[in-house]
Amino acid sequence: MIDVINAAALLGNFLVIPGLTYGSQLALGALGVTLVYSVLRFSNFAHGETMAFGAMLTILVTWGLQALGVSIQPLPTALLALPFGIIGTIAFTLLIDRSVYAYHRQRKASPVVFLIVSIGVMFVMGGLIRFIIGPNDQIFFDGARFIISARDFKRMTGLEEGLAIRMTQAVTILTAIVIVILLFWFLNHTRTGKSMRAYSDNENLALLSGINPQRVVMITWILVATLATIAGTLYGLDKSFKPFVYMQLLLPIFASAIVGGVGNPLGAIAGGYVIAFSELILTFAYKKVIQYLTPDGIEIESLMQILGTDYKIAVSFIILVIVLVVRPTGLFQGKTL
Amino acid sequence: MTPLAAFRTYRTPILFSVMACMLMGVGLLQSWGVALTILNMCLISAIMALGVNMQWGYAGLFNVGIMGFAALGGLAGVLVSMPPVSDAWQAGGLGIGLGLLITFATVMLCLWLWPQINAWRSRYWIICAVILTGYWLLRVWFDPGVDAIESINPSVTGYLGGLGLPIVLSWPVGGLFAAGVAFVIGKIALGLRSDYLAIATLGISEIIIFFIKNEEWLTRGVKNVNGLPRPVPFEVDLQQAIWFQDLATRVGLDLNDASSIFVKLCYAGLFLLVLAILLWFSETALKSPWGRMMRAIRDNEVAAAAMGKDVTWQHLRIFVLGSAVIGMAGAMLTTLDGQFTPVSYQPLRFTFLIWVMVILGGSGNNWGAVLGGFFIWFFWIQAEPIGLWFIDTLTAGMDPNSAIKAHLLEGAAHMRLMTVGLILLIALRYAPEGLIPERKRL
Amino acid sequence: MSFLIGQQMTGGYGAADILHDCTIGVDKGEIAVIVGPNGAGKSTAMKAVFGMLPLRHGQVLFDGEDVTLLKPEERVLKGMGFVPQTHNVFISLSVEENLEMGAFIRQDDIRDSIAQVYDLFPILKEKRKQPAGQLSGGQRQQVAVGRALMTHPKVLMLDEPTAGVSPIVMDELFDRILEIARLDVAILMVEQNAKQALEIADKGYVLVQGRNRFTDSGEALLANSEVRRAFLGG
Repeated sequence: MIDVINAAALLGNFLVIPGLTYGSQLALGALGVTLVYSVLRFSNFAHGETMAFGAMLTILVTWGLQALGVSIQPLPTALLALPFGIIGTIAFTLLIDRSVYAYHRQRKASPVVFLIVSIGVMFVMGGLIRFIIGPNDQIFFDGARFIISARDFKRMTGLEEGLAIRMTQAVTILTAIVIVILLFWFLNHTRTGKSMRAYSDNENLALLSGINPQRVVMITWILVATLATIAGTLYGLDKSFKPFVYMQLLLPIFASAIVGGVGNPLGAIAGGYVIAFSELILTFAYKKVIQYLTPDGIEIESLMQILGTDYKIAVSFIILVIVLVVRPTGLFQGKTL
Repeated sequence: MTPLAAFRTYRTPILFSVMACMLMGVGLLQSWGVALTILNMCLISAIMALGVNMQWGYAGLFNVGIMGFAALGGLAGVLVSMPPVSDAWQAGGLGIGLGLLITFATVMLCLWLWPQINAWRSRYWIICAVILTGYWLLRVWFDPGVDAIESINPSVTGYLGGLGLPIVLSWPVGGLFAAGVAFVIGKIALGLRSDYLAIATLGISEIIIFFIKNEEWLTRGVKNVNGLPRPVPFEVDLQQAIWFQDLATRVGLDLNDASSIFVKLCYAGLFLLVLAILLWFSETALKSPWGRMMRAIRDNEVAAAAMGKDVTWQHLRIFVLGSAVIGMAGAMLTTLDGQFTPVSYQPLRFTFLIWVMVILGGSGNNWGAVLGGFFIWFFWIQAEPIGLWFIDTLTAGMDPNSAIKAHLLEGAAHMRLMTVGLILLIALRYAPEGLIPERKRL
Repeated sequence: MSFLIGQQMTGGYGAADILHDCTIGVDKGEIAVIVGPNGAGKSTAMKAVFGMLPLRHGQVLFDGEDVTLLKPEERVLKGMGFVPQTHNVFISLSVEENLEMGAFIRQDDIRDSIAQVYDLFPILKEKRKQPAGQLSGGQRQQVAVGRALMTHPKVLMLDEPTAGVSPIVMDELFDRILEIARLDVAILMVEQNAKQALEIADKGYVLVQGRNRFTDSGEALLANSEVRRAFLGG
């Protein structure tokens, strides 16, 4: 019996908690992509870089705060810097919209043109980020490392396997929950939020109803920049900040949005967790778990891994392809924003 | 005729002359070796741009996976030209062969099974079970084979090697590889929303690159494959050949320089030949009834579909064709490099460069794509010295040891990507038709 | 002079004109119906009055004011309501949210207006939490009309409100439209079902190829043998 609990603790430590954390990060990212898609009607390739940009601003402010000796122990200082990062990113995003996207919107360019434009924006942002903070790893995490460390857990429970909860994991999951609740409240219960949904649903009718498209677009970018900064910072806190990594996050984020059904925020959240858990489940080495669950004395040679860890990135793609083949509208089809 | 009107009429020759002058300028000011190196890469870029132009310019398909297709071409270079490693084949060939056979059988089984059980409720579970069983069998046979192969003299080989054929053969083979993958991707993503293709190609190119980085038994992965055979003579051999020594003295060049220039010229000749053939082919195709139909589909899919054109099928054809050209260019790139270095394929960065070439050059116009390939590659290479010089001048008054100056100089390298991004944004806004716009035909 | 009138309107989407010197008007509390054969420019005439079609000649007067150059959304602010023929509800929004969006330009309390719409269309009150996309065709039309009423328009313009609904639902809708007209709203509508529409119309416009062919009261047009023969199927 104790073996079963040990196995569960092992899975919890290496699968469930990291999955929830990574899933929350992806969900926040996918929400941003979904918002742009449903209101502005294009796939925003610059979203990964927007996340990196927001995280970068937050890091710079964090460093400043750390230098001033400000801290909110045991929480990471970055949380205090986050609002500044968000404001900066909002300003930058609105600037980009005004100077780049607005022109093509006015000309009613096709979604593919927007997509190409967003790739241009992606490279401009990427260059800017690397110019300002450099292409290397940046560590900006401070505060307590663990809420429960593996050793404490073992001492408390007497189990062989530890179930650790890192501070960043708890912060990520809690922040994601709060943000998602706020976002849904905004979309479903405020006049502005409803007007965004109306605009996304039927642009012409929204115009006829006197909804101001410029305002809707502006609100959308503000939400997108906020979500991106939070997602980017949480990811950076949890793993580390490296500009290149954010570019690679693009595929899992798109996959999350499509798997859930593009344009559907609930779907984006579900998609984020589906992708995150699939990545972990398929690349997890089950050797130890199986050892706990089988009678003693059975030797297991291989790692019992379905896919090599190197292929993590492939998982999101495989799921994307499966969804495109089997159900192109995503899991939660029909409903939009 | 006013100068502007004259420019409009003779736009193509004028712009190509400007490009030629720029290359000459590099030859005169820097060195002819550098100029030819740039020229060779310009030619390859132009071919890739031609492939992308088929997809985007003719059909409005957006392919984000250019580097993945180019990497497949590079893989073809290795598989065709390198000598086979017989020890590795003996040690693991059986395992690999069985593995591939099992994969093939699994896929076929699924494809055969699917229509039979399409109405069943448990159809997804059955397919899932088939795939998992197939995958498990694959791993049982494949893994030991891989381990055996990779353990054979890992510092030199540790992989299966190739067929030992002339490397030029890899150019069409690379095209075939890319076409095969493009077919599968197109089958899945074409006919769905237009940006699914972009996302799917981004995904496939990431996976191809991960695959060639990690599957050492096939590609040696990050250990690279060096010393690929060449379609042109080696410099050392030339330097020892009497006729070449004579030639060098007659032209009045140092023997070292002469040999390297000669080799580069040989490459340039080969690439130019391929480019010419492809360009002729593309122009003919564009003018044919088929080209007219493709443009009709691009400009109004709904109307074309209403007239009974199978839009998805035509898109698939052109997508496969364009990807084949990119794959071919990828093989040529590896041939020119003389080595296969999986890490150098950055999925988005160079894809993006090719894109800017097509859009700046003039989508829908083959000459435009070629010109864009030349211009952008030239700029890409020359931007770094220009950028460094720029920052240097800008910070000339600063203390040479200041941190700001160091940071700016370090950052200059990243400015280049940003500048190309800006070029794209500016082109899309102020010159969406490109340098050489598509000719309007009635 | 009518309360809302498009005078001598000439214009079209491209090079060719669709409307030729066409005049359409309606007064408060009145129902005006535009009928005519397919392709006669009925919907186009209505869109021209609402500002969705550029005019080369002619003008649109609303309450004595020249609104020819105003955009559709600006005309909404002036007190014109428009119900498009298709895509006229927010399908993913609930019925109540649809009505709220209809009142988007209003800053005051809209609860009374919502209650009014529910009085007019009781079924909508029952379904107020349901997404409009899940309603039947007739109910959707009710939502669409209700949405346009939320701004308390002085003129309500309906583009084929009964397209695709059953005859029973059509009668019911026409009853509601009469009720709305009694609230001193001017109603201008395009109708495919010419006979039934003219029965409730105070004024009828028969258009042919973008030109006024007959203009008279609904009753008179129904009595006119030429109109009957040519446009009402005997």
